[in-house]
Amino acid sequence: MGDFFTLSVLVATAASAIRLATPYLLASLGETVGQRSGVLNLGVDGVMLLSAFFSYWTVLETGNLWLAVLAGLVVGLVMGLLYGVITVFLNATQGISGIGIFIFGLGLSDLLFRQLVGTPKPVRRLPNLDIPLLSEIPHLGEALFQRNLLTYLAFLMVPVTALLLTRTTFGLNIRSVGENPQAADSLGVSVERTRFVAILIGNSMAGLAGAALVLQLGIFQPNLTQGLGFIAVALVYFGAWRPIGVMGGALLYGLVNATVLQWKALGIIPVSGSDLANMAPAVLTILALIVVARRVHAPSALTKPFTRH
Amino acid sequence: MKKHWRLSPSVLVMLGALALVGAACGGDDAPATGSGEGGALRVAIVAPSASDDLAFSQSMVDAVNAIERDVELSVTDGTFIVEDAAAAIRGYAEDGNDVVIAHGTQFGASLIEIAPDFPDVTFVWGTASDTQGLANVFAYAPAADEGGYVNGSIAAALTKTGVIGVVGPIEAGDAVAYINGFEAGALAGGASEVNITYTGSFGDVALAAEAAEAHLANDVDVLTGTAQMVVGAVGVAADAGVPWFGTQANQTSLAPSLVVASQVYHWEVVLEEMLTLRDSGVLGGQAFEVDLANGGLVIEFNDAYELPAGVRDAADAMIKGITDGTVSTG
Repeated sequence: MGDFFTLSVLVATAASAIRLATPYLLASLGETVGQRSGVLNLGVDGVMLLSAFFSYWTVLETGNLWLAVLAGLVVGLVMGLLYGVITVFLNATQGISGIGIFIFGLGLSDLLFRQLVGTPKPVRRLPNLDIPLLSEIPHLGEALFQRNLLTYLAFLMVPVTALLLTRTTFGLNIRSVGENPQAADSLGVSVERTRFVAILIGNSMAGLAGAALVLQLGIFQPNLTQGLGFIAVALVYFGAWRPIGVMGGALLYGLVNATVLQWKALGIIPVSGSDLANMAPAVLTILALIVVARRVHAPSALTKPFTRH
Repeated sequence: MKKHWRLSPSVLVMLGALALVGAACGGDDAPATGSGEGGALRVAIVAPSASDDLAFSQSMVDAVNAIERDVELSVTDGTFIVEDAAAAIRGYAEDGNDVVIAHGTQFGASLIEIAPDFPDVTFVWGTASDTQGLANVFAYAPAADEGGYVNGSIAAALTKTGVIGVVGPIEAGDAVAYINGFEAGALAGGASEVNITYTGSFGDVALAAEAAEAHLANDVDVLTGTAQMVVGAVGVAADAGVPWFGTQANQTSLAPSLVVASQVYHWEVVLEEMLTLRDSGVLGGQAFEVDLANGGLVIEFNDAYELPAGVRDAADAMIKGITDGTVSTG
């Protein structure tokens, strides 16, 4: 155990936790916006998969990483348009249509990968950008301030999302249509438009999450996310629908995964205990959800389609 | 000439719906005849991951393509869910294929149910060391420890820190055989430590990448790994300039200057034997193993990676030793 508490290993663990947390954080923050407006999107994983594929394919074809990030964002936006039309304007059941979006994203990304790429080919990964001065802080600088642009963006989006939800008129509208859409409607707030825009924001961020995942790895495989999008949805509950809580959940999830991997590498967790240790992040999430479920309440109108009486 | 048909899970969903419609419309239950266009042997593969994964599934597709016969090949890949695989296996048997390859240990229970219903079809199942008593099932397995041992011994010659890292999926099947062989070879070759991480997933590329990062943080300067999720770990090795050893398929294309060698499965060696038996009326009931001696396992070196003097010769001598039984991998 002593080996784990050396500075270099702790810094590596923190860096790993941040890398692992980045896609979760982007997707969860977007889903927070959507859920605060009353819309649950279980299709986050499918959106991430499609965005990840198009980001990968873009960088494979053009070599341009920023175009790849843009591709992920645009695919997320397009998927948001689709999901918005289905759930807001056609009033489809959110749970079922979200699963439909997931299956669609899973299948289409798989199909496109096979048709357009075939065998996995490595592509450039997002380079780390050193933040002047901060990156030079001993140890801390290496762990926190030598990351890629999408990681910085993910953490920057925490206060931005919090400000959006709590300090802007649009944020107030989002919360009001998520809590009491009838009352919001009676006050002249367009429930449909507010939810639709919230969905676009949420899916765009899921798109960025897919881009972040694939551009951190530098390779794509079918079902690359391995259910990451579903964990992202759970982290919204974990974070009690607050951006800071969501960030805490994403970091904790990343940290537990990173610590388990370090402990395995160091032999602290023996091979015989490997399977048990793999369950740690999931067990932690379930325990946290139980605690959260007792203390906070979801947006009152979450999953409820709006119909004007 | 080989004809290829490939079915992905996404297409499978649509075909499933069509099959339901077809079933509702009724029809003749009699199985189709067993020869393809122009008398070609009809072979179907059901594989758990992508057929071009540069690992387990690809090794079988490449093997069937290497068979020196006229083969009409169909593939359903990405069937991590055993029930999906079972449906595909049964479907291919009903469709009149001569040989159905269930490429995954986890498909064994399904074969116990399916194989007896199609006594004229040869089912090929692996990795497995026995046929579960089924007369029309051939089993196959790799002696993956052999190539692992060779890779491990070369890795020991390359490491400067003496610490070597391994990224594995789940402690099962040929993964554990390869990793145990690699560890034994590396330690016998003089490495001081072999750190092994089983990520708990065959598909989680991100977790495999982070497992490799964790190894690098702990003085590892040579890496290996097995299963299809290692593509993430190879990327980490490539970025860090750390040599990589592959297994299952040749992984040189993932890091052309850093993949030292790959243990490649050439299942065609045993597939040919099975087909010869089938020709003589034996449809199954035997288990086969690919190893360095029968040519079913081949260590493919990457010529672009320059090994230190004497290492390649020592590796070749070790392969010869394992082949003739003078070197033990245990």
